[in-house]
Amino acid sequence: MDTRAIREQFPILDQEVNGHPLVYLDSAATSQKPIQVIEALNSYYRQNNSNVHRGVHTLGTRATDQYEGARNKVKQFINAYSTQEVIFTRGTTTAINMVGYGYARHFLTEGDEIVITEMEHHSNIIPWQQAAKFTGATLKYIPMEEDGTITLDSVRSTITDKTRIVAMTHVSNVLGTVNPIKEVAEIAHENGAIIVVDGAQGVPHMKVDVQDLDCDFYAFSGHKMCGPTGIGVLYGKKHLLEKMEPVEFGGEMIDFVGLYDSTWKELPWKFEGGTPIIAGAIGLGAAIDFLEEIGLHQIEAHENEIVQYAQGLFTDMEGLTIFGPEKRSGLITFNIEGVHPHDTATVLDAEGIAVRAGHHCAQPLMKWLNVTATARASFYLYNSKDDVDRLVEGIQLAKEYFGDVF
Amino acid sequence: MSFNNLDTLYRQVIMDHYKNPRNRGTLDNESVTIDMNNPTCGDRIELHLQIKDGIVEDAKFEGEGCSISMSSASMMTQAIKGKQIDEAINMSHIFSNMMLGEDVEEVDFDLGDIEALQGVSKFPARIKCATLAWKAMEKAVAADEKEE
Repeated sequence: MDTRAIREQFPILDQEVNGHPLVYLDSAATSQKPIQVIEALNSYYRQNNSNVHRGVHTLGTRATDQYEGARNKVKQFINAYSTQEVIFTRGTTTAINMVGYGYARHFLTEGDEIVITEMEHHSNIIPWQQAAKFTGATLKYIPMEEDGTITLDSVRSTITDKTRIVAMTHVSNVLGTVNPIKEVAEIAHENGAIIVVDGAQGVPHMKVDVQDLDCDFYAFSGHKMCGPTGIGVLYGKKHLLEKMEPVEFGGEMIDFVGLYDSTWKELPWKFEGGTPIIAGAIGLGAAIDFLEEIGLHQIEAHENEIVQYAQGLFTDMEGLTIFGPEKRSGLITFNIEGVHPHDTATVLDAEGIAVRAGHHCAQPLMKWLNVTATARASFYLYNSKDDVDRLVEGIQLAKEYFGDVF
Repeated sequence: MSFNNLDTLYRQVIMDHYKNPRNRGTLDNESVTIDMNNPTCGDRIELHLQIKDGIVEDAKFEGEGCSISMSSASMMTQAIKGKQIDEAINMSHIFSNMMLGEDVEEVDFDLGDIEALQGVSKFPARIKCATLAWKAMEKAVAADEKEE
């Protein structure tokens, strides 16, 4: 993969921050956008902006074609069976909440179980806490191994015939753990449960085939895969989406409206009340075209090369703790002994290096790791080994700086 | 940015408070305890105040966080000890203004070590670290007043 050619397509990367060329290592929070995506938004607003599914005029038709065209791109990208299974949402959080409200609250009762893991992002914990409180269902956690992975044995011993929902992240945003979704889905199904996958850190970095995984719901965000903010996807199997209730009621999602009762449009529009995120969906479509042209397998291999390189250098550094398993996706979470991660991030920022510091929206996991916060460097297709070298230099500086002070 | 710029943020006196925090611990006879955290980053402070006749007689803190939040807590407890409640609140307002980049040299109070935190105003992402302890103090004073 020609990283230099790829970088040139990301205008934002060509700048200095605090007097140094920018090294952007926070793509797990949000990825940067290639010129193709920026142009797609630009040309939509300049040439085709109109509301969808209602006007009979030409702009309305163009906007509708582009919006539904984007849905078709998503369908092919994740290999959904039909475009009816692709719901546009505001992002992963909204998508998981839709399942919490529209499915869990309607179909779970007291005594039922919801099973999740301790490595989840808050957006795949709290919707289930709330659904459990509302329905009287019990929330259970699959225990983790010391290296931050789960075994199928613990999955089997946690899921029971009372389990109705298993919710799990595809890839941990802190540990980089890649969970065995296909195998967990099989165990869930054997027990009569459905599986809801938080794919926010999955879809951007690897080829995801929802039919092969046999997951029932799969949620992801556009902005972590080179698309705009404010657009995401809830994939759901058609028979489940058909029985699931809408969570937003109003324009666009209705069939017939009476004074006291109404009926809903067919899938997927029954879940898309109000004017949808038209430009966002079109931007996401452009992001998919961009990623597919490079190839998800190539992107995954590239990230793996970078993260392994980083892991090698990190392991050799004194006073550095790395969290998560050795086999990880393209991110590495670490702490420098004696330096708080916020201070690490500030020193790195002074060197033009952007990393994330904090609890990464995973407070239960921080507790499990027995830390209050960590620093995280996350890589994407535009990062190079040079970026890792700059990071390592930055970490050395932080160690020296805080070492001097003490 | 070089180490010189970082020195604007991490002054020697801040590092001293971080490494040797003053008033770290708990009180046996506290009149009010407040837990406060910074939900976006995980910094946490547990502030204990002994307030009697409108005067902060003692102050101690526990918590976890970065050098800025913990040194600020250390300095804050040092500064408000022996002060009247309204003086302490006023200092908190002055501190907030300082974080907004306002000059505090002309104020009535001698801020002492706290002045070292002035450089934080140039690092917007870190202001919330510095103000956490002061926010906790304001909340504690309000809770104490409500109790009486």
